[in-house]
Amino acid sequence: MTTAGWIIMTLSIASVLTLVTYCIWRVLSLPPVDVESLHGPAGIDTKDTEDAD
Amino acid sequence: MSMGPVKEKWGSRIGVILAVAGSAVGLGNFLRFPGNAAQNGGGAFMLPYFISLLILGIPLCWAEWTMGRYGGTRGFNSAPGIYTVIWRNRLAKYFGGMALLIPLIIYMYYVLIEAWCLGYAVNYFTGGLMIDEERAAAAQSAGAGELDWGATRFYAQAAETHIDSRVEQGADPATAQAEAAALSEDDRRSIAYRTFFSRFVGSHQDGFALGGETRGWLVVLAGVFLMNFYLIYRGVSKGIEMFCKIAMPGMALLAIIVLIRVLTLPPTNGRTVVDGLGFMWDPAGDKLKDPQTWLAAASQVFFTLSVGFGIIVNYASYLREKDDVVLSGLTSSSVNEFFEVCLGGLITVPAAFLFLGLAAGQFAESTFQLGFIALPNVFERMWGGQVFGFLWFFMLFLAAITSSVSMLQPVIAFLEEGFGLKRHASAAMLGLLTALGCGFVLYFSKGLVALDTFDFWVGSVMIFFLAMTQAILYGWVLGIDRGEREAHRGAHIRIPRFVQYMLKYVVPVYLLAIFVLFCYFNLPGYAKTIADNPAALSSILFIGVIVAFLMLMIHIAGRRWKRERRFEHLDKMDQQSGEAT
Repeated sequence: MTTAGWIIMTLSIASVLTLVTYCIWRVLSLPPVDVESLHGPAGIDTKDTEDAD
Repeated sequence: MSMGPVKEKWGSRIGVILAVAGSAVGLGNFLRFPGNAAQNGGGAFMLPYFISLLILGIPLCWAEWTMGRYGGTRGFNSAPGIYTVIWRNRLAKYFGGMALLIPLIIYMYYVLIEAWCLGYAVNYFTGGLMIDEERAAAAQSAGAGELDWGATRFYAQAAETHIDSRVEQGADPATAQAEAAALSEDDRRSIAYRTFFSRFVGSHQDGFALGGETRGWLVVLAGVFLMNFYLIYRGVSKGIEMFCKIAMPGMALLAIIVLIRVLTLPPTNGRTVVDGLGFMWDPAGDKLKDPQTWLAAASQVFFTLSVGFGIIVNYASYLREKDDVVLSGLTSSSVNEFFEVCLGGLITVPAAFLFLGLAAGQFAESTFQLGFIALPNVFERMWGGQVFGFLWFFMLFLAAITSSVSMLQPVIAFLEEGFGLKRHASAAMLGLLTALGCGFVLYFSKGLVALDTFDFWVGSVMIFFLAMTQAILYGWVLGIDRGEREAHRGAHIRIPRFVQYMLKYVVPVYLLAIFVLFCYFNLPGYAKTIADNPAALSSILFIGVIVAFLMLMIHIAGRRWKRERRFEHLDKMDQQSGEAT
């Protein structure tokens, strides 16, 4: 493996790992979504999946 | 006025991210990407790849997320409805038909590939994909037909298979026999795994999968098919999200186990793992001047992120008005890149090179050859190969099912909101339609012509059209100012302003350039196949029938929406959302 190959592989993997780590850290460090809003306004739920389980 | 049925919502922030990433991560990450890179300059391929990711992939993802949530908060989850919300024109819904057709047709053949992966995993579990040389040698005297169906039998029959194949190609029988006598161990293994794949998928004969020795595999196919529909039937949150929350970490774990095994392989035939990494990553600088390299890189980015599939726009429509789309879109893209570059880029081609040498380059030309012929050949020679082969193909199965399940949701959403169907009715209708298409691809298996035709005309050409439509819808119809405002509603990070200009001016031009190049290199060959091959022509006719059916359904749904005045509140909503900003 050439030096250029090592550099490209390391840079590519390091860039992707940095990006994915930053994104996941940001997502997981956000406050939890308000429980009330998890289910949306009750009046517009058609319950089309009520038989699903 | 009716708000329309807002049917479901995602349960958690990480759930939607994993679902979108699961939709994007598929066989392409582990097989197509490394094959493409190795074929197009190795490390040099990464420059156009990352440029395309930044210019084309991530901006288009953001546009799709934004438009999906925009339509979802206005009461629509299907592309025909969402497009009409954005472009108040009666033709808009028909453009949305592409976002139904693409996932629907792709599902019809993707579920087969998914079942191949599970079938291969089962064969590793039972030992059917491992070659037992002693049994093969013993069976040669008694006749290889005595052996169970599997790689050992095809290994024992390699010489006969070679002779038959060469004679079929027009070679002199005496020459073919001489060649067969001189076959090396490596040749016999390659023939065994090539024959295994051919017999398993029926690529040597139409209808073979339905009546050949592997028809037991149909049980696996039926199971996979039903599992997809079970997940979709349970709904977005309880089905897709719940499954992706388990499957995505599971996939990462399995891939990392296989990666550790590959990186710790001892030197083989004078080659080391580092040589294998060099085969994948060493840059061939002159390849940067080749337009094929740029085309391959842009296409890879385009397909890997599932941009233009009609899936992201549907998934994002289940978000709430204040849910973030910018960080979520970037996170799902980066998770996909992790699977592709960090795992796919280090496993497949380096392992194939270590055991197969330069022959790995020939396999890298085709995703199926690399995945289903070269890799079993590699696992067979590896210590613990049966276990690692099982883990690998089970991981590919998970990657495939998180993608295939996402292909059903856009059409389910359309059937529900277009016709007011409940989930069991829409799932049953879609099940019938996809079973019909899957059966078509399964029957016309010779040379995988039907699968290839579906994949080229819908899974490649039409995706360009849909991506272009979405780029224009975002940049020119919704408008970059309104688009930027909508994207940043509830956003946890900001999109730089220049990205909006890129979406308006650069992305459509870039897409058009790729599309023209793609057609220039590929269209003549496929057009000729249609003219020469009845199965290819039948496949095109099948696609035509599905298009006509969808257009009729969209027309009827459009009339229903109009009757219910589903769009009349939109101007007021836009005004309110503008004031709120």
